[in-house]
Amino acid sequence: MTATDYNFAYLDEQTKRMIRRTILKALAIPGYQAPFASREMPMPYGWGTGGVQVTAAVLTPEDRLKVIDQGADDTTNAVSIRRFFARTAGVATTEATTEATVIQTRHRIPETPLTEGQILVYQVPIPEPLRFLEPRETETRKMHSLEEYGLMHVKLYEDIARHGAIATAYAYPVKVEGRYVMDPSPIPKFDNPKLCSPAIQLFGAGREQRIYALPPHCSVVSLDFEDHPFEPSKADAACGLCGATDSYLDEVITDDEGGRMFLCSDTDYCAGRQAAGHRGAAQEDAA
Amino acid sequence: MTDAMLTGGFADPPIEAARAFRAAMEAMARPGSVHRVAGARPPAPLSPAAGALILTLCDADAPLCLVGAADTGEVRGWVAFHTGAPIVGRGACAFAVGSWEDLAPLDGYPVGTPEYPDRSATLIVDGADLSQGAGAGAARLSGPGLKDAAFLRLPDVAAFGANAERFPLGLDAFFASGDLVAALPRSTCVEAA
Repeated sequence: MTATDYNFAYLDEQTKRMIRRTILKALAIPGYQAPFASREMPMPYGWGTGGVQVTAAVLTPEDRLKVIDQGADDTTNAVSIRRFFARTAGVATTEATTEATVIQTRHRIPETPLTEGQILVYQVPIPEPLRFLEPRETETRKMHSLEEYGLMHVKLYEDIARHGAIATAYAYPVKVEGRYVMDPSPIPKFDNPKLCSPAIQLFGAGREQRIYALPPHCSVVSLDFEDHPFEPSKADAACGLCGATDSYLDEVITDDEGGRMFLCSDTDYCAGRQAAGHRGAAQEDAA
Repeated sequence: MTDAMLTGGFADPPIEAARAFRAAMEAMARPGSVHRVAGARPPAPLSPAAGALILTLCDADAPLCLVGAADTGEVRGWVAFHTGAPIVGRGACAFAVGSWEDLAPLDGYPVGTPEYPDRSATLIVDGADLSQGAGAGAARLSGPGLKDAAFLRLPDVAAFGANAERFPLGLDAFFASGDLVAALPRSTCVEAA
């Protein structure tokens, strides 16, 4: 199968023009959710149809694409989307963050700092940060237009009243350029500081038909209170394979007797550290 | 119908439009940065860069306003043949193309609504001065997309300053010259340098 059996990057040209116009408006109004006419894609909603459409609209034949799912390059969703574009756009693919020009991601920002010239495309399930506080789209539109975000602070306050700390651990709301409150997609709040990046960040929500964006070096502030400042948290452990203490960790159950270990969620970062000779506790036990 | 109307489109539309869009997107994401867009040969007086933006972004769903000297029979024919975009007045357009003298003043273009600020026009200012760096006539740009200040020679600093004041409403602009393009989104703060 070659790229010539499909139009370049799968979508037809009129659809790509529509998505491209939306991306430009989204970049011009950072954090604002621009509606777009999301198409049916050859994968179910929830598998990254929004991210795939945005990626299809920005890809050029010269690009090198990386796809990650929860930080991993080797899970089903990541592998199938990478193959999808290798087949329909003929682009080169990679698992190395530093080699990629376009990175489509589900729920993580790579540990390796992104650089100018890279594009990070997020898959977004629910783009509206106010949706669970106010179910009506007409009302949330109005709240964004009036900059009426008091309800979001009430929600964070209720977290503190009930749990003693802000318990929101992922999809932690941010304010962009002092104007729009934005859902950074379900990335762990550990990743929130990385939203200020030299790369272009595009967010695509297929089912909800929204695209939003962060231009490079954009001001992105996680909402908090003076006496309860925002803290990017992670498991208090080191990676069992590479020993990293500065990366976001997944907890993995290893047997049915309570055995467990922590691993880097970013597989490329972990493999890179292991190749450089770093070893974690689990590796030393095995040796 | 003349040859000029029927020729001058992209030779390989999916690929060339993808490259032109990436240049346009980089320009919009990094205000004041200059990028090359190639592949279009529109009739005079449009520049190749303005032509490439029209081919990449306009179609039946994105009406175009041709202002002043850009509104010729040949340009209308070229736009109709290559994009199918309706030619409309400035109050109904998604894109407007022409020289700054013909585009100004900036009132009269759609600037979006408070709930849908994306429903606003994008201007393509043709024949702009894209020479780089600070100096006489350069405006200082700061805001989203810029780590440090950038400089761009704007035809009217006060008009674009007033446009930025209306954020999140407002117009976004591309500046085209030859095969080069730069952009100024409404989010950028503009000062006379």
